[in-house]
Amino acid sequence: MSSYPGSPGGARGVPPADAGGPGGPRPLGRARTRPGEQAVLWLLWLCATISIVTTIGIVAVLVFESIPFFANVDVAAFVTGTEWYPFAEPGTEAFSTGVLPLVKGTLVVTAIALAVAVPLGLAAAVYLSEYAPSKVRQAVKPALEVLAGVPTVVLGYFALTFMTPLLRSLLGAETVQIFNAASAGIVMGFMIVPIVASLSEDALNAVPQALRQGAYALGATKRVAILRVVVPAALSGIVAAVILAMGRALGETMIVTIAAGNLPTMTLDIFAQGQPMTGFIAQTVAGESPRGSVVYQSLFAVGAVLFAMTFLANSVAQWVVRRFRQVY
Amino acid sequence: MQQSRAETGTPIPAPAPAAAPAGEPAPTGATEIFQLRGLTCRYGGFTAVRDISLDIQRNEITAIIGPSGCGKSTLLRCLNRMNDLVEGTRVTGEVIYNGEDIYAPHIDPVEVRRRIGMVFQEPNPFPKSIYDNVAFGPKLEGHRSDLDDIVESSLRQAALWDEVKGKLKQSALSLSGGQQQRLCIARALAVEPDVILMDEPASALDPIATLRIEDLMEELKRSYSIVIVTHNMQQAARISDKTAFVTVRVENETDERTGELVEFDDTTRIFTAAADQRTEDYVTGRFG
Ligand SMILES: Nc1ncnc2c1ncn2[C@@H]1O[C@H](COP(=O)(O)OP(=O)(O)OP(=O)(O)O)[C@@H](O)[C@H]1O
Ligand SMILES: [Mg+2]
Repeated sequence: MSSYPGSPGGARGVPPADAGGPGGPRPLGRARTRPGEQAVLWLLWLCATISIVTTIGIVAVLVFESIPFFANVDVAAFVTGTEWYPFAEPGTEAFSTGVLPLVKGTLVVTAIALAVAVPLGLAAAVYLSEYAPSKVRQAVKPALEVLAGVPTVVLGYFALTFMTPLLRSLLGAETVQIFNAASAGIVMGFMIVPIVASLSEDALNAVPQALRQGAYALGATKRVAILRVVVPAALSGIVAAVILAMGRALGETMIVTIAAGNLPTMTLDIFAQGQPMTGFIAQTVAGESPRGSVVYQSLFAVGAVLFAMTFLANSVAQWVVRRFRQVY
Repeated sequence: MQQSRAETGTPIPAPAPAAAPAGEPAPTGATEIFQLRGLTCRYGGFTAVRDISLDIQRNEITAIIGPSGCGKSTLLRCLNRMNDLVEGTRVTGEVIYNGEDIYAPHIDPVEVRRRIGMVFQEPNPFPKSIYDNVAFGPKLEGHRSDLDDIVESSLRQAALWDEVKGKLKQSALSLSGGQQQRLCIARALAVEPDVILMDEPASALDPIATLRIEDLMEELKRSYSIVIVTHNMQQAARISDKTAFVTVRVENETDERTGELVEFDDTTRIFTAAADQRTEDYVTGRFG
C-alpha cells in the first residue's frame, strides 16, 4: 500500500471524511530542510565532543608524562614503597619513590572528612526532608549551599588558625602537631557536608509520600517510618551522595596544602603531619623543580594515581546508583 | 493464631472499653464498631466534610459512595487519624471506636492506626522483599520467632500465598498490580487489626483482580470490620451490607464545596428504594 489512508483517492476505497469538498483533504507537506535546526544540532554535538576530548586529553597527558618517570623508577617500588623522597639525587641513599605515604595521607584525610560529613550531612538531610517546616527548608537549603561556595583557601586558613589551635587546647599541644591531618580532615568534612546533605535530601524527598503513609497505617511512629522505610528507599541516592562527596575530598588541595603539613609518612596518628597526594603536587608545582627532573616527572605519576582513585570512586557511585536504584 | 480465629469464625472480642469518664454516654451496643458524631474535617480554612453522623457495624462491609471530590477519602482517613499527617487539618466532632473517642487528647494516634488498618487506592508496597513487607508490622510489635507463621497466614488470608510462596525473598515490586494490592492487604492483616479501611482498593485493577479482592473481602468480614470507599456502584451493591452516600453541597454565596452525608442505610435499600432523590439519581447514573 503506497498511499496513506485519507490521502486523496485513498487506496482503501474509503471516501475521505470531507469527501465532496472542493480539493479533498489538504495533502501532507513535503519534507523540508530546516537549516537552523541542523546548526543547533552541530553546535550541541561540538560541545559534547569538546568535553569528551578534553577528558581524554587529560588522561593522555597524565599517562604519557608519567612514562619517563617509570623509565627511572621501578613500578613495583612505586606502588609498594613506603617512603617518598623524590627530591634527592636518583641513585642516592635518600632517593625513594614509594607512593604509599602519599596515598595514606589522602585516605586518612578523606576518611576523617567523611567521618565528619556523613553523620552531619545525613542528619541535616533527614531533618530538612522529614521534620523541618517548609519555610525552614526553603531558608536552610540555600544557606547550606553557601557553605559549599566558601573558597577552599579560606577554609585552609580556618583549619590552620582556628581548628588546629582548638584541637591543641582540647587535647594538648604535645599530642597535636601544628600541621596535622585531623584539622584539615575536619574542616574538609565541613566543606563536603552540603554535598552530602543536599543530595541526600533530594533522595529522601523523592521517596513517594505513599510509602510513608503505608508505614504510618501499620502503626509505625515517625521515627520508625523514617528509619525503616524512607531511608532504605533512598539508600542508593544517599550512597551516591556520599561517594560523590568522597571524590571531592580525594581531590581537595588547598586545605591540605595549608593545614596538613608537607611530610609524607606512614603514621596512622591523625594528629601528626601526613601529606596527601594533592598536597605534594601543589607544593612541588609551586616550588622550582626543573622540567625533565625526576621530581617533575613524579608529579604526573602521582596525578595519575589520584585520577585513578577519583575515577574509581565515581564509577562505584554510578554502579551503586544503578544497582540499588529502587523503582517505587 | 490468626488462622484459628478465622476458622472458628468468632468475631474479634471487642477490647474492653477503657473505663469511660463519668458523664460520657456508655457505648450503646457491642455491635457498633464506629459511632461518628458530628464529624467535620477542615483543611486549613476549607471544610471538606461537615457534620457526618453514622454508626458502622462490626463484621460488616460498609461502603462509602459519592461523586469525586465529595470527601470520601477524607472521611475514611478521619477514622484512623491518617489526616493528622496532613499539615493544617482540623477534625471536630467525635469518632467513637469501641466506646472511645479516638480524637480524645489522651489517645495515641499510633495505637489507633495499629488497630485500624488501611489499604490505599494505589498499591504502595515498600521497596523490600515480599516477606519483609508482610513482616513489617508484626516486627514493630516485637514478633520475632513466629514471623514465618504470621507471614504465611496473612498471605493466605489475602489469597496470595499460592502465587508467592516460592519467591518470598523477591522484591514486592516484581509483583503485578493486583498482586501488589493483595500484598498490601496481607500487610494490613498481619498486624491483626480490628477494622480495615479501604480507599478504592480495586481502582487500579482489572475486573478479574477486582473480583478476587471482592471475594477476599467477603472472607475477611467474618473476622474484621471493613469500610470501603468505591466509585463502582456495582461493587458497592455486590459486596457491602450498608452504604453511605456522600455528596457535595455548594454554598451559593461563598462557592464553598463541602461534603455532606445524604443517606446511610442498608445497601439494598440505597440501591432499590432510596429515601432521598439525590441518592437515587446518583446510584442510577442520573447524577448531573
Ligand atoms: N491534603 C489536602 N489539603 C487540602 N485539601 C484537600 C486535601 N485532601 C483533599 N482535599 C480537598 O478535600 C475535598 C475532598 O477530597 P477527598 O480526597 O476526600 O475526595 P474524594 O471524595 O475521596 O474524591 P475522589 O473520589 O476523587 O477520590 C476535595 O475538594 C479536595 O480538594
Ligand atoms: Mg478519594
